[in-house]
Amino acid sequence: MNKKEWPLWEVFIRSKQGLDHKHVGSIHAADAEMAILNARDVYTRRMEGVSIWVVESSHIHASNPEEAGSFFDPANDKVYRHPTFYVVPAEIKNM
Amino acid sequence: MMDHHTQPAHVLHELQFKTPLQEYSPEVRQLVFDYTLQLADTSLILSHRLAEWCGHGPILEQDMAMTNISLDLLGEARNLYQYAAELEGKGHTEDDLAYLRDAVAYKNPLLVEQPNGNFGDTVLRQFIFDTFHYFFLKELQNSTDHRLAAIAEKSLKEASYHIKWSSEWVIRLGDGTEESKKRMEAAIDELWTYSGELFEATPTEKALQELDIIPDYTSIKAEWDKHVAQVLQEATLALPQDQWMQSGGKYGRHSEHLGYILSDLQYLQRTYPGQKW
Repeated sequence: MNKKEWPLWEVFIRSKQGLDHKHVGSIHAADAEMAILNARDVYTRRMEGVSIWVVESSHIHASNPEEAGSFFDPANDKVYRHPTFYVVPAEIKNM
Repeated sequence: MMDHHTQPAHVLHELQFKTPLQEYSPEVRQLVFDYTLQLADTSLILSHRLAEWCGHGPILEQDMAMTNISLDLLGEARNLYQYAAELEGKGHTEDDLAYLRDAVAYKNPLLVEQPNGNFGDTVLRQFIFDTFHYFFLKELQNSTDHRLAAIAEKSLKEASYHIKWSSEWVIRLGDGTEESKKRMEAAIDELWTYSGELFEATPTEKALQELDIIPDYTSIKAEWDKHVAQVLQEATLALPQDQWMQSGGKYGRHSEHLGYILSDLQYLQRTYPGQKW
């Protein structure tokens, strides 16, 4: 990578409807403050957001796609782990 | 005007509805009309300059930042032209005022028509303007002219972001690399001379200030000085000494740049009169 290039940042936006910040994409910026400004300019132009998180992409550690089988397949036949046997009370929101 | 993103029609109606046209004597009405046009021209021309960056920004993120600011200013210009058209009461529309007036009729200060230059030049031009615009709108919110006050209130939110954007960039470019600092120093040398006109009151402005319709520039200048000094210091850039200032734009005496801007901006409407978006 060209050393003069700004680092990449991952952008997470919390929308009006949502309670969680969702990954929306990435941007380049020299530092965290500029990353938030850039994220605002690129990802919240259509009233999408009420809050922004940014994190430098290099700080994210990902699982290895080659290990996807051993990681995720064992859960396939364990349907009892889904709490589908309970009735969610009407008072509980945001489940 | 071709800007359905920032200003849906209902927003304009809302401003009109909330603030019906005030009763003014013909003389005062003329003053408010002239001044509203001056503000509209200022926002439109700067908006156009920033729009010229579209597709040419140094990186995608700043390309969008500049076009976002451009659209904010275009929205403000629309509100102002529309109010001016109402004040004039001759059946002209916002489009007539923006697209069918010649350069001498344009009353924007010279600063906003200055060429984009490099990114640093654009940032510095924006910083000089945004700082003025922000403190000016804050005061204009209290205008006895309800419509100008309403437009100021709406635009202030946008201007608060603009001043943050350009200040952060002045700091980062000034206190950046040797190259970026050199370019910011060159931009200050080039553009500082256009900052004085923002605070120089024309007879129209003086008359409106006496009527309390627009704010006095003294306190705005003091706020401007303070913010600019603070940012330049953080940017490790030298604050220029008092110097001779260019002026003339507010009187319709423009640099050659404005003619080129208007020929771009007005081409379509003049070649195909009456076209609508």
